[in-house]
Amino acid sequence: MTVLLAAAWSEVAQQVVSGLATGSIYASLALGIVIIYRSTGVINFAQGEMATFSTFIAWWLIEDPNGPDWPYWAAFVVVLVISFAGGVLLERVLIRPVEQAPVLTIVMVTLGLAIALNGLIGWIWGAETRSFPGAFSTRPIHVGSVTFSIQDAGFIAVMLAAVLCLYLFFRFTKAGLGLRAAAAGGEASRLLGVRVGWMLALGWGIATMLGALSGMMTAPTAFLDPNMMQGVLLYAFAAAVLGGLDSPIGAVVGGLALGVLLNLLGTYVDFFGGQMRLVGGLLVILGVLLIRPQGLFGRVAVRRV
Amino acid sequence: MPVLLELEDVSARYGPIRALHGVSLSLEEGSTLALLGANGAGKTTTLRAVSNLVRKTGEVTFSGRRISHRSPEGIARLGISHVPQGRGILAELTVEENLRLGAYTRRDRASIRSDLEGVYDHFPRLRERLRQPAGTLSGGEQQMLALGRALLQRPRLLMLDEPSLGLAPLLVREIFGVLARLNGEEGLAVLVVEQDAAVALRTCAFACVLEVGRVVLAGPSDELREHESVRQAYLGY
Amino acid sequence: MRLLTVRGEVLGKAAAAGAFVLAVALVPLALADYQAYEFALVGAYFVAVCGLNILTGYTGQISLGHGAFMALGGYTTAILATDHGIDPVWTIPIGGLVAGLAGFAFGIPALRLSGLYLALVTFGIAVAAPALARKLEGLTGGSTGKNVPLPKAHWGLRLSSNDWLYYQNWTVALVLLLAAWLLLRGRTGRAFRAVRDSEVAAVSFGVHLPTYKTLAFGVSAFYAGVAGSLFAITVAYVNPDSYPIKLSVYLVVGAVAAGLGSLWGLVFGAALIEYLPTKAADISSTAPDVIFGAVLIAVMLLLPSGAAGLLRRLWAFAARLYTRPRVQ
Repeated sequence: MTVLLAAAWSEVAQQVVSGLATGSIYASLALGIVIIYRSTGVINFAQGEMATFSTFIAWWLIEDPNGPDWPYWAAFVVVLVISFAGGVLLERVLIRPVEQAPVLTIVMVTLGLAIALNGLIGWIWGAETRSFPGAFSTRPIHVGSVTFSIQDAGFIAVMLAAVLCLYLFFRFTKAGLGLRAAAAGGEASRLLGVRVGWMLALGWGIATMLGALSGMMTAPTAFLDPNMMQGVLLYAFAAAVLGGLDSPIGAVVGGLALGVLLNLLGTYVDFFGGQMRLVGGLLVILGVLLIRPQGLFGRVAVRRV
Repeated sequence: MPVLLELEDVSARYGPIRALHGVSLSLEEGSTLALLGANGAGKTTTLRAVSNLVRKTGEVTFSGRRISHRSPEGIARLGISHVPQGRGILAELTVEENLRLGAYTRRDRASIRSDLEGVYDHFPRLRERLRQPAGTLSGGEQQMLALGRALLQRPRLLMLDEPSLGLAPLLVREIFGVLARLNGEEGLAVLVVEQDAAVALRTCAFACVLEVGRVVLAGPSDELREHESVRQAYLGY
Repeated sequence: MRLLTVRGEVLGKAAAAGAFVLAVALVPLALADYQAYEFALVGAYFVAVCGLNILTGYTGQISLGHGAFMALGGYTTAILATDHGIDPVWTIPIGGLVAGLAGFAFGIPALRLSGLYLALVTFGIAVAAPALARKLEGLTGGSTGKNVPLPKAHWGLRLSSNDWLYYQNWTVALVLLLAAWLLLRGRTGRAFRAVRDSEVAAVSFGVHLPTYKTLAFGVSAFYAGVAGSLFAITVAYVNPDSYPIKLSVYLVVGAVAAGLGSLWGLVFGAALIEYLPTKAADISSTAPDVIFGAVLIAVMLLLPSGAAGLLRRLWAFAARLYTRPRVQ
């Protein structure tokens, strides 16, 4: 009896760990979504395609026979830098003109960006699926009775490292304070000399970096193609909503929780296996918005009419 | 004394609504000016025009430099500290972080620290609440925070929009006492928008009365205090 | 400034509408066969964009998921026509009804969502719907999908199948356009517009928000369902990939380009959905989407009120040019 229980427990624990790993991918992208939402009030529907684009640049640097053939971690860093610059550029060029526009206009602009990027990827690199190297080996390791892969642990570690860096940035640097101020009150911050416009661009740059991270963690298992991140985007939205759209902690907790939840659901409830987890994600979004719209950690917004 | 701030024929509008009609006024270095008027007279709009937060025509000059088309943050960096109506406190940041933001554009660490001590001397209650979110402070404490933060900018001109709003009379006197001290000891120029005409006229050397977006009276506070219409409309006797 | 008297404007608009109907009726005579096919698709999109306009243009609710309602209509048609032998033409209203009921049902929880949140949820629906279609294999044929019987002219009319499709789709489109016009010019339309412009004000005027908001969702979903049925009949096929998230986005693009809150630009919006991707493919065979996306962004930045807005501005411009001052 104990042997059965132990076996069941270790299987569940395994699913939890791999759920945390996929959850780290969602958390990363969700964090980017939350940072953009909190600073510019925009829900960036192009977040997934931006991440895919960054990952394709990484592919070119590392895998492409016609490319520079760089080692993984060198390319990793360079892609983060390029993504940052790209995000800053996008905010200044595309978002700034429509900052004050009605919701629908802003939604359409990010959708247009998503469509354009999707096409651009296909145009530059072609639409065939290709493989992408993982940063970590997939060799299994055993901790007690639980087995999981080094990659799982690696993803969780990378995400936590990113979160730590962001925490230090926001808490202890001047730019971090400026960005938080710009998000908390644009006009008041301007009167203090904060260059709010550039702070918002900084937010986009950081979010794009997080997206690149998410993409480079998705590609090894999901294989790289232009539509790779569409499902992940839905999960990231669900994670952000679950955690609270204006809460960075919420994005991380929500991402990890969602990863575990969907993994367990997919393993133990037959209906929700494979692609049907997308429906699970949708139900999370719907459920949270109907029951507790501010999510786990967000602030309540009064709306009722 | 040379002129520090000058508005020439400034008109401003919010969409189709005209809020200011050709307002002209000037403030000398080290001087104090009170902007008086009823609700909707355009007092707040005048300050917003100086900070370029509103669409306007006309010229605004600061220390000889035209600032009519500079960005609000650029104007702040030139040495104008604007405490807006409602104080502009960033509620989710702590008291300490709000204060740090006051020194956002400065690099001189040592003097920032001593200025911070100076702020705590003026407003000891702030030191007790450093780690609290600024939104949890009372109205009076928020006003002190806003003022302290503004002082950390080491401005040459301090503009305050209705500092007495929602404050008990004792606190109002305390705040204006601080303003008077700063003006007297450090030569800080102050431009105050106020509904409480009595305290404003006591503290400021000069005053300007706005009605429906136009300047109707301007001059030394002593004279205005004796002026018939000012007494009836704003001083109550 | 009025270009014409009030009576003149009404007559002018009636004449324009009449000319439009006439053009629709006669255009196939000038078209090559494959062009009739394309125009038939435009007719299907016309219905969808009309419905979406009712939702977003008149009550201000954003939906990024109307492709899923189209899928409901399309699959209903395929199942009824192929598995149960019903004539495809009669499945059109049924497809609309199925989608309409789903839309109405969704409208109820949607009452508690606004703006960005509604966009998020409908986005989720559009992304998740194909997965659901794939899963319910027994009903939908899974990933392989279902065929729909090839279109043939009905009722003894001697038409090629593409011409038949054209007239089928555009008759439905014109009927539904008339229905939309009647719906929107009355009390319902006024209530819709009140909801869009200010919910608080609408409530204070006695507009019962839940009724009108869910009604708008139901009606627009009905239209999308009909469009989905027409689409399925026209291409003679449905599968989960026929209704991707891109379609939902294209529909919103079409509605915005047409001009929200007005019925005058709908043809333009529908034509945009059909032709821009193909024309863009002509310009750049490998990256039509880049052009599409870039055009979309440009339109939103430069011409946010769409074709109808442009028409309105041209009309006002003409009024200023031609109105002469009264003689003393």
